[in-house]
Amino acid sequence: MPSALPDGDPAPADGSLPESALDALSGASFGFYVHVPFCRVRCGYCDFNTYTIPELGLHGASVDTYAEAAIAELDLAATVLGERTPEVSTVFVGGGTPTMLRPADLVRIVSGIQERFGLRPDAEVTTEANPDSVTPESLAALAAGGFTRVSLGMQSAVPHVLHTLERTHDPANVARAVAGARAAGLQVSVDLIYGTPGESLDDWRRSLEAAIDLEPDHISAYALVVEEGTKLAAQVRRGDVAAPDDDDEADKYELADALLTQAGLGWYEVSNWARSRDAWCRHNLAYWNGGNWWGVGPGAHSHVGGVRWWNVKHPNAYAARLASGASPAHARETLDEEQRYDERVLLGSRIVDGLPVTDLRPAGREAVAGLVADGLVEGPAAVRDRRLVLTRRGRLLADTVVHRLLSS
Amino acid sequence: MSPLARSALAPNATPPDLIRNFCIIAHIDHGKSTLADRMLQLTGVVDARAMRAQYLDRMDIERERGITIKSQAVRMPWAGRDAAGTETTYALNMIDTPGHVDFTYEVSRSLAACEGAVLLVDAAQGIEAQTLANLYLAMENDLTIIPVLNKIDLPAAQPEKYADELARLIGGDPEDCLRVSGKTGEGVEALLDTIVEKLPAPTGDPAAPARAMIFDSVYDTYRGVVTYVRVIDGNLNPRERILMMSTKATHELLEIGVISPEPVPSKGLGVGEVGYLITGVKDVRQSRVGDTVTNASRPASAALGGYRDPKPMVFSGLYPIDGSDYPVLRDALDKLKLNDAALVYEPETSAALGFGFRCGFLGLLHLEIVRERLEREFNLDLISTQPNVVYDVTLDDGSQVHVTNPSEFPDGKIAEVREPVVRATILAPSEFIGAIMELCQSRRGTLRGMDYLSEDRVEMRYTLPLAEIVFDFFDQLKSRTRGYASLDYEPDGDQAADLVKVDILLQGEQVDAFSAIVHKDKAYSYGVMMAGKLKDLIPRQQFEVPIQAAIGARIIARENIRAIRKDVLAKCYGGDISRKRKLLEKQKEGKKRMKMVGRVEVPQEAFIAALSSEDAPKAKK
Repeated sequence: MPSALPDGDPAPADGSLPESALDALSGASFGFYVHVPFCRVRCGYCDFNTYTIPELGLHGASVDTYAEAAIAELDLAATVLGERTPEVSTVFVGGGTPTMLRPADLVRIVSGIQERFGLRPDAEVTTEANPDSVTPESLAALAAGGFTRVSLGMQSAVPHVLHTLERTHDPANVARAVAGARAAGLQVSVDLIYGTPGESLDDWRRSLEAAIDLEPDHISAYALVVEEGTKLAAQVRRGDVAAPDDDDEADKYELADALLTQAGLGWYEVSNWARSRDAWCRHNLAYWNGGNWWGVGPGAHSHVGGVRWWNVKHPNAYAARLASGASPAHARETLDEEQRYDERVLLGSRIVDGLPVTDLRPAGREAVAGLVADGLVEGPAAVRDRRLVLTRRGRLLADTVVHRLLSS
Repeated sequence: MSPLARSALAPNATPPDLIRNFCIIAHIDHGKSTLADRMLQLTGVVDARAMRAQYLDRMDIERERGITIKSQAVRMPWAGRDAAGTETTYALNMIDTPGHVDFTYEVSRSLAACEGAVLLVDAAQGIEAQTLANLYLAMENDLTIIPVLNKIDLPAAQPEKYADELARLIGGDPEDCLRVSGKTGEGVEALLDTIVEKLPAPTGDPAAPARAMIFDSVYDTYRGVVTYVRVIDGNLNPRERILMMSTKATHELLEIGVISPEPVPSKGLGVGEVGYLITGVKDVRQSRVGDTVTNASRPASAALGGYRDPKPMVFSGLYPIDGSDYPVLRDALDKLKLNDAALVYEPETSAALGFGFRCGFLGLLHLEIVRERLEREFNLDLISTQPNVVYDVTLDDGSQVHVTNPSEFPDGKIAEVREPVVRATILAPSEFIGAIMELCQSRRGTLRGMDYLSEDRVEMRYTLPLAEIVFDFFDQLKSRTRGYASLDYEPDGDQAADLVKVDILLQGEQVDAFSAIVHKDKAYSYGVMMAGKLKDLIPRQQFEVPIQAAIGARIIARENIRAIRKDVLAKCYGGDISRKRKLLEKQKEGKKRMKMVGRVEVPQEAFIAALSSEDAPKAKK
């Protein structure tokens, strides 16, 4: 079962936004997130909003009609946002498994964005992909259709770990996918997961080394979280598998940071490393920098000028809403001053450029010295650049850091 | 045989020989209140429709717990027939008694107001320890006892067996034991007749200066303190000035009357009569249970015997969970005090728990009732520290320290520590003798004697340190005897004991709320238990937190809470932000409920859980 949506205020049927939110459009980068809610099989750890074909049944949304519904939402976005929308800087197609869609459908969606909003010449257009569901041809077709970047779900190079995660791919497929993407001229990122039950530190080292050997431009590494409602959660509850251990995950994070840094991939966000600044994922950076984006697709979240909203989760309900001309938004929240500040600290502190100390309120500024003393925040950056940059230990304890910055 | 009396006798003009004063001695849920209700109905004092079930128990808590905390006295008319068959109207005063161990003194005063007692025992359960204790009190007061088996309508009733048991206890023939059902009313008329017939009439000197004993004192929001008295000698009259002989305070008698079952003002109260007084005082401390009331203009030369100041036996710190509720707690205690002469408290500050009060109680039930009333009637969320008793510590230099809070226990140079002990009576089926002995031995008890009440029921008498029973003794006793044992105890002086204070330290900082005074032999297990509990309850911090249990400077147990190394949410993308921020907002609220012990953040819940007797749930790491 996919995770529950947050609570929020009702969203208007026409999806309209307050003037104050629209005013913010011109001041920041603008992007699209496109959520493709399909998977061939559901992995045991995953709580994302995704469905297998049998789960969807015969009626309503399907892989074949998805692009149509997405484009209908683009029309709605054009109406709601109006003329003030800047050209699109980034597009990110995630899932689910976006490559469950035909490349032509993915390209149609990108073209739909281009036609309605315009894409900046340097736009970053990413799709996530399952190493099993891409071919050199499909990757070339994506590149030709405007995609610039592919993010491959590698997760691990160790068979028993992949088995526990219920990932179906053959580790060798990852290398083939990377080669295909590279040949097509796409930037390549690979995703890894650490902390899977049964994964040893050596297993993790092997996965890191395998990922590094692929020479991607970018690597994301995420600690496994046992999400409520997943099959994995049930297994942990029954005691069939051990719950991930924070200390073990901390060891693995430290190993990842050390090996990746050594391999020339520098961290730029808590869970992201890149070969150079050019390889940073600009779409994701916009999340942490308070950028504006429209999330297309079932369960997708959007943010424009301090209004956050999220779509209905089920693909059928989503398609039905759009077919009737209504906004698929399920609920929204309008952030107040306090919430904006909390988010600014929460998100801004995650990136390597750091949060300007001057953005902090007096109580937060007073906390910085203590955080430096405790080895959670880089001293030189705080003193010299007036920026709050987390140390490796601080990145692992980012929650503590945020609490200390926000507690008055 | 007797119907209702045709006309009730007027107070202040009732000859003593037409008065019968009695109380009902019974265990919780042996049906005292139901029987009392039935009597009120039969005597016409309350009609069936107006009958609120268990009329006499006023407070909600009492009704829920099926116990009576405060006694009341109801005057009921009853027509009795003498041997010649002549019908005479009598005035029966039924004095309700508190039924629990903590209120022994109040019980003794209620008994002292009576000439007789109805010993009411559930025909399916037999006599319980508290009833037995009150029966002893009644017999010491020379009361005439009328044994009654109740609930004879129950299929499980064994009236023969328990009639035998009662006959053995009080002497007499099992056949003399009345059988009633408060529920159906069967046998209740006969009981009222027996009261008239068997109980002696009160005696006293009508010409002497008035002497009336206060057996209860209740604060009423509208009327101030309502004082219940039994007149021994003389007369009390409206508008006269009265003198409280222990406090020497004089008050004007604003109202005097009888309860029937609502207050009815009268022209006064004479010898043998039971009624109420209102003087306009606002605090029950000005009208104390056991005190003697006399006429201010013509005071009696000697007070009636038996007056005693209420003495708190058990202490506990009460703290509001939300620190800003402190003034509410203070006002609430001030209000409760008006109605509870035994409640004492003084402000106290705990480094761990903030501002609160150290409160003294008659016993555990008293503590629980006060705590529950504070929570329920004043909407307070409270933490109470582990109950402790009072210790008298003599130092090597001969100076004395009276310790009501373990954290005040002096360090080192101690010549002697004395702790209160109680005389406990336990009644149980004989198959549990072994289990009870084991429990009492583990609680430093000394067996004083054992008697069989019947073939399979036994009375065991122990001397136990009060400290050993204030925690979970009663729960343990119940669980080891499958609920069959009953317990009663009364203070029995003090004894010297090998006691030490165990402190709990978090990262070297003493947590005052967890200090405990325990017997030397149990210090280690207390230390290990508490350190282990806290290890599970306190979330990991950024740094390692040692938890130590110490006697003075000597560490007797140690645990470590390892430093937390990771709390970051690895994935925080567009769809995660709202969820994460909401979590953060929740955690910020939670932080407000954190208490700092040095640098260690301890959630309020950890204190509550550590102070409760149940097994602590594991903290979320």
